[in-house]
Amino acid sequence: MSEAFVEIQGLRKYFNVGKNRVLKAVNDISFTIAKGETLGLVGESGCGKSTAGRTITRLYEPTSGRVSLSGVDVTKLSKSQLKAYRRRMQMIFQDPYASLNPRMTILDIIGEALDIHGLAPSRAHRKRRVEELLELVGLNAEHASRYPHEFSGGQRQRIGITRALAVEPEFIVCDEPISALDVSIQAQIINLLIDLQKRMGFTYLFIAHDLSMVKYMSDRVAVMYLGKIVELARSEDLYDRPHHPYTKALLSAIPVPDPDLEERKERIVLSGDLPSPVNPPSGCPFRTRCPIATGRCAEEEPAFREVRPGQWASCHYA
Amino acid sequence: MADLETPRATADPFAPLQRDPSGAERIQRRSRTAWQDVRYRLTTNKLAMTGFWLLILLVLMAFFAPLVWPFDHYTNDLQLNNQPPDSTHWFGTDDLGRDLFARTWKGAQISLFVGVAAALIDLVIGIVYGGIMGYYGGKVDEVMNRFAEILYSIPYLLVVILLLVFMEPSLTTIIVAMSITGWINMAWIVRGQMMQLKNQEFALASKALGASSMRIIFRHLVPNAMGPILVTLTLSVPSAIFTEAFLSFLGLGVQSPVASWGTMINDGVQSMSIYPWRLFFPALFLSLTIFAFNVFGDGLRDAFDPKLKK
Repeated sequence: MSEAFVEIQGLRKYFNVGKNRVLKAVNDISFTIAKGETLGLVGESGCGKSTAGRTITRLYEPTSGRVSLSGVDVTKLSKSQLKAYRRRMQMIFQDPYASLNPRMTILDIIGEALDIHGLAPSRAHRKRRVEELLELVGLNAEHASRYPHEFSGGQRQRIGITRALAVEPEFIVCDEPISALDVSIQAQIINLLIDLQKRMGFTYLFIAHDLSMVKYMSDRVAVMYLGKIVELARSEDLYDRPHHPYTKALLSAIPVPDPDLEERKERIVLSGDLPSPVNPPSGCPFRTRCPIATGRCAEEEPAFREVRPGQWASCHYA
Repeated sequence: MADLETPRATADPFAPLQRDPSGAERIQRRSRTAWQDVRYRLTTNKLAMTGFWLLILLVLMAFFAPLVWPFDHYTNDLQLNNQPPDSTHWFGTDDLGRDLFARTWKGAQISLFVGVAAALIDLVIGIVYGGIMGYYGGKVDEVMNRFAEILYSIPYLLVVILLLVFMEPSLTTIIVAMSITGWINMAWIVRGQMMQLKNQEFALASKALGASSMRIIFRHLVPNAMGPILVTLTLSVPSAIFTEAFLSFLGLGVQSPVASWGTMINDGVQSMSIYPWRLFFPALFLSLTIFAFNVFGDGLRDAFDPKLKK
């Protein structure tokens, strides 16, 4: 693997909830992403994957840990230094209905990115650039004068992507960019993202809960559970030979488009709910729902170790 | 639609028509922005529109009636004091023989001015203070909110009386007195809105682009909170007018010969069983104004509430 472009080390984000209670949304995660690579980050709702994405882009201040972009620690940057880094690191949001300001035209929504970084010398230049960008993502230049409510979900998501592209970033965090969209539109957006990556060499952190989409999109995949990464591997390896029992359970839930196969397929059903991140279980965080948990799991937290070359998992029995 | 061609009869009546992609992006019906929706809901609300036209009428009268009326509000004619309403003095005269019609509309000018000025001051301070308090949250919010609560807990009359130690009773004093505590409600409304909106993805997106906090507050959050802000504004105008009337009634407001509805009611109340018209007219217009603002404000609130959208 080539050298790391984005490097996350021991990142933690804790929220204070009431007196002496701490919600450990992201609890010590580490990974690297190479230039031009896509890393998928999956996990069920509430596992901290969106918080991880927002902490990496410093929308939330990290509690501890390092996030470095080509060797510079972003978490240590001052306000003015951070602004320059924001140009290199952008985000695409989950809900295309909430991510566009309903009171602004598309021209102003995308133009704001240009205004903040002083990328448009004149109004005419600004308008031309916005129209160029809209055409790049498959929208029309005439769309610039309209308001967000005049667009469909898929179109809005394209506008959200355009806004991120406007500052010409290198690293983009996609925070579940397709989960709010209709299935037929999901493929269009995914293909647009892949196409843009090929043309412009973006590095993606692709957050999602749809495993099949992540497989299609990502070079490597990290599986998150209760604020921690439990398995990290190249996409084919992870799907072919999952090592962590949680990953196995997740993969077994993917429906197969073949009724006979689907019937014979063994589905691992997890019992119980996700434990509260305010009060996580002792030892291995997954032990309360794990089919193979033993006494050792309650006492000792498993190390995140390389179980096969390039495949990491945190389980005593992996 | 006249501009849509009717399909011509072909040999095969069920032959598919040619698809024309050039018209695919054309929007047939003009789409309405959120503001147009609000205007539509407001204009179809009869009660709110009654309030609105009543306000327009009152404002026009306040400005133009004193200009065309033959009497002014300060010249007294002791021969003609305490006249009941007749064809020359429509609203009668007071104990100094001053024309009450002229005084009522002069009073309307003062009352409306005080109401609007106090509401606008509340608006500006409330948006800035509430915006900062709600957006930053945490310790900033804690400190700023405690300060507002302390200010809010001081009895209002005490503030006014203390203020009169330093300032002469006048219109400015009244407006200052009302503004000292009046902005707090607006600030709380704005604070609540900010807390709700600041974690919306469009605000986060702007932050991710590198927008400053001030830009996010005033370009993104405040425009989206405009509905509740406008409603609070229209409802705070009558309360300011009422407070002015109340303070003038207590003798802390504008001084004679300038009239406000409050001072006129104060004068009228002393002789209400003998010369009831001296109380009736200013009281009627004060009530009408407050009524108009209230129904208009209510209508505005309904218009901004998307749950009522039909």
